[in-house]
Amino acid sequence: MNPQTILLYDGSFDGFLTCVFTVYEQKIGTPIIRKESESNNQLFTISETIITDETKSNRVWKGIKTKIPSSQQKILFKAFLSEIKGVENTLLCYIKNIFDTPNATLIDYSNKDILKISQVAKMVGREKHRMEAFVRFQRTKDDIFVSTIEPDFNVLPLLIYHFKDRYADQKWLIYDIKRSYGLYYDLDKVDIITLDFFSKLNTSVQKENYADNELDFQKLWQTYFNSVNIKSRKNSKLHLQHLPKRYWKYLIEKNEI
Amino acid sequence: MSFERMREKLSILADAAKYDVSCASSGGKRENTNKGIGNNTGMGICHSYTEDGRCVSLLKILLTNHCIFDCAYCVTRKSNDIKRAAFKIQEVVDLTINFYRRNYIEGLFLSSGIFKNSDYTMERLVAVAKKLRLEENFNGYIHLKSIPGTSDELMREAGLYADRLSVNIEIPTISGLKLLAPDKKHEDFIKPMQKVKNEILQYKAERKIIKSTPRYAPAGQSTQMIIGATGESDKDIMYSATYYYKKFNMRRVYYSGYVPVTTDNRLPSLQTEVPILRENRLYQTDWLLRFYGFSVSELLNDQYKNLALDIDPKLSWALRNLDFFPVDINKADKNILARIPGIGMQSVSKILQARKFRKLDWTHLKAIGIALNRAQHFIICNSKDFYHKDITPYTLKNIILKTSKSKHTKYFTNQLSLF
Ligand code: SF4
Repeated sequence: MNPQTILLYDGSFDGFLTCVFTVYEQKIGTPIIRKESESNNQLFTISETIITDETKSNRVWKGIKTKIPSSQQKILFKAFLSEIKGVENTLLCYIKNIFDTPNATLIDYSNKDILKISQVAKMVGREKHRMEAFVRFQRTKDDIFVSTIEPDFNVLPLLIYHFKDRYADQKWLIYDIKRSYGLYYDLDKVDIITLDFFSKLNTSVQKENYADNELDFQKLWQTYFNSVNIKSRKNSKLHLQHLPKRYWKYLIEKNEI
Repeated sequence: MSFERMREKLSILADAAKYDVSCASSGGKRENTNKGIGNNTGMGICHSYTEDGRCVSLLKILLTNHCIFDCAYCVTRKSNDIKRAAFKIQEVVDLTINFYRRNYIEGLFLSSGIFKNSDYTMERLVAVAKKLRLEENFNGYIHLKSIPGTSDELMREAGLYADRLSVNIEIPTISGLKLLAPDKKHEDFIKPMQKVKNEILQYKAERKIIKSTPRYAPAGQSTQMIIGATGESDKDIMYSATYYYKKFNMRRVYYSGYVPVTTDNRLPSLQTEVPILRENRLYQTDWLLRFYGFSVSELLNDQYKNLALDIDPKLSWALRNLDFFPVDINKADKNILARIPGIGMQSVSKILQARKFRKLDWTHLKAIGIALNRAQHFIICNSKDFYHKDITPYTLKNIILKTSKSKHTKYFTNQLSLF
């Protein structure tokens, strides 16, 4: 039996691209790329830990950019952010396919890998849109608009531009409780930050940290939400389809305050 | 202003505005300039959904529900014994900004009962929009519902600050209007629409010469009709709609199933159910007209005055025109593909894309995501098996109804899950 090579990486996109670089550099036939956190030592395998190297990852990304249009690049990145187990290997097949096809217009978009990737990217895109909709900022005493979220996929990197463009004149923070990091905008730029303040047990801003009329506006929003409902048209199935229960936790209008 | 009073006003004035369905905040991009607040990306976001499954995207309120008119179908009418309230201009501005900053909404949809007269009311609506734009540097979405009978000068000013303007015709036929809204004249609706249309045309022309021409209602204008209040036929409704689309370059016409709000012998009784299914069929028809290349007389005419409720309008057209089929998936033009039941515009583009690489058969079509239970009877593809048979429309309809999961339960969305 031929032992299979497993490449372990830190979970970052640069880390993944470094793995792709290594695959080409060392001419590894059919490797498995996996996050360190998911590694389980198997028999008959060789595993190698790949150290993220931005020069290498940049070279791969540059190469990809010359081969496929930006819409397709976005799809690739989104699929990666899905964190679905094994997605790295589908992406590797896809990237190999791109590099081996001389001309992007010749790439067969009905190919199985590509279809799968665009399906996954679509799911991630949907989650991105949901977060753009379901983020609820709470204004704090130090005048920062804070929101906590627990998205199904790792969509924070996709949210930067939307929120930066829209809320250019207020400081804001969007924190992913599940993945323990957040985006912070300081009126100038967006940084990626981690905080000890939030945890799985402490998932939102405490009332004593609210700005003066924060609670009033939350209540006004609830009042509004309740007033626009038309009882004679009630349709719970449709309601749940648009607003699945798992998102309710952070929606002011769906909670008692 | 006490918070409790504000809450009370909000509940009264949101409640009174909620029957207006034109919730779309899409169309008309507006960028965030000078590091102000907000932008409009051209794709309205639904920030929440009501329990009836409708999109909550805008703060939709009336400035006041005091009204000098007495339109029978309206909760706000003068003779109705209800609580009345009015916002101050600044209050609406504050609410909008504070909701927007918290990412609750995409913007403001402001309408009003008529107090004193049309211009007096419209002036206040315009003042809200002006304050938001000039004082708050707000670039989010603003939709002003124009008051019928507003003067041209005010309509001009309104368009400088609002993204979209609408005048709701409410009643699709002139005779219905006379019966139910005796205070309103047909011309009062037409005049502001005409003004908005002209301003937009003028803006577009001037813009070509002078880049700095101030923008005018970039998201265009829309209107709404109430369905099922006056016994009008679907043909009446869709012919009116077509007229408004053409004559005034409407961006959208909205159809709102009448929700009984009052006992009045001119109107359906309070127990009447909201015609949600009918409303859905009208929206489907509207889409067929705007995006699928159908003309209104193909779908509705003197022989077929009303849409079928049990099947969608495209399928019903197809059953009446079986000689048009079968269509060859691998050869037909785009506009022909668009006429196949079960195939939406998205699927059409997918077919066009995919057939460049190979001739498509049933498995390919399935993979693309086509509703084959309907489509299969109307097409041929790269396969020897085909389902197209010479049978009567009636039999075919029954076969299709039997094999499709019946969505025809009680409710439909106007968020349009089409075809
Ligand atoms: S004028 Fe408008 S607000 Fe007043 S009763 Fe008629 S429809 Fe209602």
